[in-house]
Amino acid sequence: MDDAIAVRDLVVDRGGRRVLDGISCRVPRGAVTGLLGPSGSGKTTFMRAVVGVQLVSGGTVTVLGQLAGTPALRHRVGYLTQAPSVYADLTVRENARYFAALYGRGRAEADRAISDVGLAEAAGQLVGTLSGGQRSRASLACALVGEPELVILDEPTVGQDPVLRADLWARFHAMAAAGTTLLVSSHVMDEAARCDQLLLIRQGRLIADDSPAAVRAAAGVDDLDEAFLRLIRAGEAAATSTDATAARETA
Amino acid sequence: MNARILAATTGRILRQLRHDRRTIALLVVVPAVLLTLVYFMYADQPTPPGQPTTFDRIALVMLGIFPFVIMFLVTSIAMLRERTSGTLERLLTTPLGKLDLLFGYGIAFGLAAAVQAAVAAAVAYWIFDLDTAGSIGLVLGIAVLDAVLGVALGLLCSAFARTEFQAVQFLPVVVIPQLLLCGLFVARDQMAGWLQALSDAFPLSYAIEALQEVGAHAEPTGRMWRDVGVVFGAVVLALVLAAATLRRRSG
Repeated sequence: MDDAIAVRDLVVDRGGRRVLDGISCRVPRGAVTGLLGPSGSGKTTFMRAVVGVQLVSGGTVTVLGQLAGTPALRHRVGYLTQAPSVYADLTVRENARYFAALYGRGRAEADRAISDVGLAEAAGQLVGTLSGGQRSRASLACALVGEPELVILDEPTVGQDPVLRADLWARFHAMAAAGTTLLVSSHVMDEAARCDQLLLIRQGRLIADDSPAAVRAAAGVDDLDEAFLRLIRAGEAAATSTDATAARETA
Repeated sequence: MNARILAATTGRILRQLRHDRRTIALLVVVPAVLLTLVYFMYADQPTPPGQPTTFDRIALVMLGIFPFVIMFLVTSIAMLRERTSGTLERLLTTPLGKLDLLFGYGIAFGLAAAVQAAVAAAVAYWIFDLDTAGSIGLVLGIAVLDAVLGVALGLLCSAFARTEFQAVQFLPVVVIPQLLLCGLFVARDQMAGWLQALSDAFPLSYAIEALQEVGAHAEPTGRMWRDVGVVFGAVVLALVLAAATLRRRSG
């Protein structure tokens, strides 16, 4: 198994609406893969399916060689939800130590995870008194504290100061260099350039699955934002002409 | 279940409680204040010869009811917070087992209830001269079991509440009928048949009967042990049902 994640024909319906419509893709090990797409495109649902907490209507998701949601995977996969999910009535350190304990890790790992996200000075503070950005970093520390092989991060850098954002991306690449696989979602296209591999989804469909350089080459522009726009337009034009052909054939 | 994870979870819940000083103060002080009220309410009431005083009768039952009611409410809200804050979903992606979480709540709030019951019993026995034929140790033990019953029912009911408003409404639905029919207001054998049948179906009735057995007999009776067994069985049943309501996968 070379791929950390292999997704085949994934279909998810939520509340009678098709949220993911037949997605197939692979996420390579030891790299940072960006999951890009506008708000509401299905990024979170895709990540939930990979973590194994999403009821799916069809298709398969294989994670680290096992079906998503297999109990053994819970030791090997770390998940950061989009809304910070940490205990507001505990300090940053108490939160990190609790999640460390769930993964069989100790205080040293908890302290390291806190300083890795730049919260060492706020470690003794109650999470409820932190700013929004700090709170989401506290949540990030709890996702990294178990030193998982695969890390799923749902918009980890939203609302962060630019310097911190650069630090976090450097941290993600250091983790990838050490063999960790990261799947990071974002709706900010300038973050796409920081990824080794890109998955672009829009309206529940996969539009691009390539490296940033290949995406630029395919679209014939340097700006990734513009490249994605061209890919989307090209996809829509193709769909329209197929529909037109199909309509002619039926007529 | 895993001893390390269970211990970490129990510790985490107690730490959350420790940061909330006002709740601790209320937990410890309120039962004692209410017992004081009851004492003075009945201070001038005549007692029929050969029977326990009204205060003795009511205070003994209250020592079991406080921990039940208060821990039911505290647990419902705590578990609802786990659900709405996203921490529950996150916990279910970690190696934590469902029973680790449920027993963690049972043990943590059971310990809190032990402190509460000890203070309330100290006030009842030493300040207001509560007189029971059986030992204070048994009274405390049953009070803690009542608290754990409240925790177990709270964990179960929280699965059916989406908001805090709904969670609080489960108090009149689940707790008050049990209070009315437990034998405190009208002796169980003097109720209409269908009320007796309802009373027989409510676990609190057995918890209260166990306390009354301790009040009337110097040594633990067979009936008391049977009652304790029934309450214990209800706790296990509620916890198993609560575990069944925790779904790792959702839509």
